[in-house]
Amino acid sequence: MSANANANASAPAGRVPDAAGHFGRFGGRFVPEALVAALDELDAAYRKAMTDEAFLAEFDALLRDYAGTPSLLYSAERFSAKAGARILLKREDLNHTGAHKVRNVLGQALLTKRMGKKRVIAETGAGQHGVATATAAALFDLECVVYMGEVDTRRQALNVARMRMLGATVVPVTTGSRTLKDAMNEAMRDWVANVDDTHYLIGTAAGPHPFPEMVRDFVRGIGEEARQQCLDLTGALPDAVAACVGGGSNALGIFHAFVPDTDVRLYGFEAGGEGVETGRHAASITGGTSGVLHGTRTYVLQNEDGQTIESHSISAGLDYPGVGPEHAWLHDSGRATYAPVTDTEAMAAFELLCRTEGIIPAIESAHALAGALKIAPTLAAELGREPVIVVNLSGRGDKDVHTAGEYFGILDKE
Amino acid sequence: MSRIGVAFDKARADGRAVLVGCMPAGFPTVEGSIAAMTAMVEAGVDVIEMEIPYSDPVMDGPVIQKASDIALASGVRTADTLRIVEAVAATGAPVVTMTYWNPIEQYGVDAFARDLAAAGGTGLITPDLIPDEADEWLAASDAYGLDRTFLVSPSSTDARLKMTAEHCRGFVYATAIMGVTGARAETSDAAPILVSRTREVTDLPVGVGLGVGTGAQAGTVAGYADGVIVGSALIRCLLDAPDQATGLAALRALSAELAEGVRTPIR
Ligand SMILES: Cc1ncc(COP(=O)(O)O)c(C=O)c1O
Repeated sequence: MSANANANASAPAGRVPDAAGHFGRFGGRFVPEALVAALDELDAAYRKAMTDEAFLAEFDALLRDYAGTPSLLYSAERFSAKAGARILLKREDLNHTGAHKVRNVLGQALLTKRMGKKRVIAETGAGQHGVATATAAALFDLECVVYMGEVDTRRQALNVARMRMLGATVVPVTTGSRTLKDAMNEAMRDWVANVDDTHYLIGTAAGPHPFPEMVRDFVRGIGEEARQQCLDLTGALPDAVAACVGGGSNALGIFHAFVPDTDVRLYGFEAGGEGVETGRHAASITGGTSGVLHGTRTYVLQNEDGQTIESHSISAGLDYPGVGPEHAWLHDSGRATYAPVTDTEAMAAFELLCRTEGIIPAIESAHALAGALKIAPTLAAELGREPVIVVNLSGRGDKDVHTAGEYFGILDKE
Repeated sequence: MSRIGVAFDKARADGRAVLVGCMPAGFPTVEGSIAAMTAMVEAGVDVIEMEIPYSDPVMDGPVIQKASDIALASGVRTADTLRIVEAVAATGAPVVTMTYWNPIEQYGVDAFARDLAAAGGTGLITPDLIPDEADEWLAASDAYGLDRTFLVSPSSTDARLKMTAEHCRGFVYATAIMGVTGARAETSDAAPILVSRTREVTDLPVGVGLGVGTGAQAGTVAGYADGVIVGSALIRCLLDAPDQATGLAALRALSAELAEGVRTPIR
């Protein structure tokens, strides 16, 4: 896509999202009435907080002193040489708890306190969001229950142990496909029953309004930092920004500051699993259709009757059959480009980063790396020079060592 | 007046509440669910609430989840659910369809309204569609003369209660308990309060659901509400039974007990 095509992708008039959380035809609230009061309360608390200097100062201080942000923007020279592009890694893997997720969690935990609620619940796929939530709950002295698909509790056993060490209760979910979508169903059911004293700390920029907008605002520091860091480092904005897309928080976090910079191409890489054509994937935008899931209208993997289809990905954190509504809108408006990356491509990029840079990425983030490797030659040809690509390295790979070890066949037999 | 309205009026004249019995379409099979709903009507259920099974039923507890999973695994399609409406409506009882929103959106809102009306259905109960997002459904239900039942909750503000009731037609569904479907030992204190709050803003009949499982509980709810909505307890009759005949017998027995309950309101 040319820079001009991007520039022509204009936003519809008015505020986005609108006051009811609509991003064009996406977003909104498709929830039981029982939750509306809590969503309204949350919306009011969040809007008040975002203009309250005391809140913002507290949030900033936590991000800096506790989470360790701003994260570095690192010029990955050896990886760049292989990529044929200058790759700048936004090192969210270096944050406390090992991923971008901590930013959202600290923001929502602060809001929970402000709303006077004593209990947080969360869904988790890879376990990163669960760990981040358990961490914030320990820090803020909140009771914490994390719902996790039974399949994921097995592939991410290390994170289950971490959550328990931090004092959280982990509930393995045995309904449906036993992955992230079912964990989200169970968390919703818990919330409907306990909404008085409980905040549902959703882990990505999806779900009913105000979650998509609020989560984006809590993580948008990623892009604000990266934009300035890139200017400082290279004297210019990057040619492209790349991120993996599960529910979409790390991608929106890094995209948001760049959306007005229409010369900067935005690429979201979805989990292509075994290949979109096989049907075994988690690429909701590339391989799905518009529908309603988990409280919002967005792209969904579903059959003709609107029944959700199970997603597949080697990465637990991307294994979700929906996507945040703002991505659906960015896709429709043409401002961002979405493409699938297969398990195989992601694992090749995973290995390449390990061997060239001594950095073990999360398998989720490896999808963004693989995507950058794919777009680099086209961008170089289009620009007639080496392109500069900022890649959101959304998390570290410690939690994935077992999966990756099995994948590469490097574990010793017992 | 809608056919559901007629059923509520008749019950009110008789000094009792309407018994609404819920069953997932296609559970355990299309034919099996028609037999179950027919048996419920024969044993005294006044109105059938047929739930379209959905893969992600966030308002439902374990019993309805399990029954929905069985129905989906047996291969029931949205089009089949319309056939079930037609067959059950032939008993003479009003059949209202309860559905999460996505299956309707995928079928096409206008097309579904048209086909539901043609099948003899009275309207929709929409657990995850609030009037705020319902423009397309408001138009389609007007076009085909279908009832609209939105939910009200103990947590609804007065303003939302009024707005929601204003968008309803047929009856209003009061979710008595903050929580998902499933029979409970006790129904809640919040329910009578919610019903009287709802009555202040609408003349429509008010049905109370979530948690009722026995004739005595039905009698308690009949003491303050116009309709008693029972789901999980009826479904469990089939889930727990070793074979269809035993299941249908249990279903008939519980339906009759509940029908007796709504005729002996405890005030
Ligand atoms: C490291 C990492 N990156 C990305 C994701 C995907 O989530 P999102 O698309 O919301 O960033 C996850 C989710 O668990 C994750 O742990």
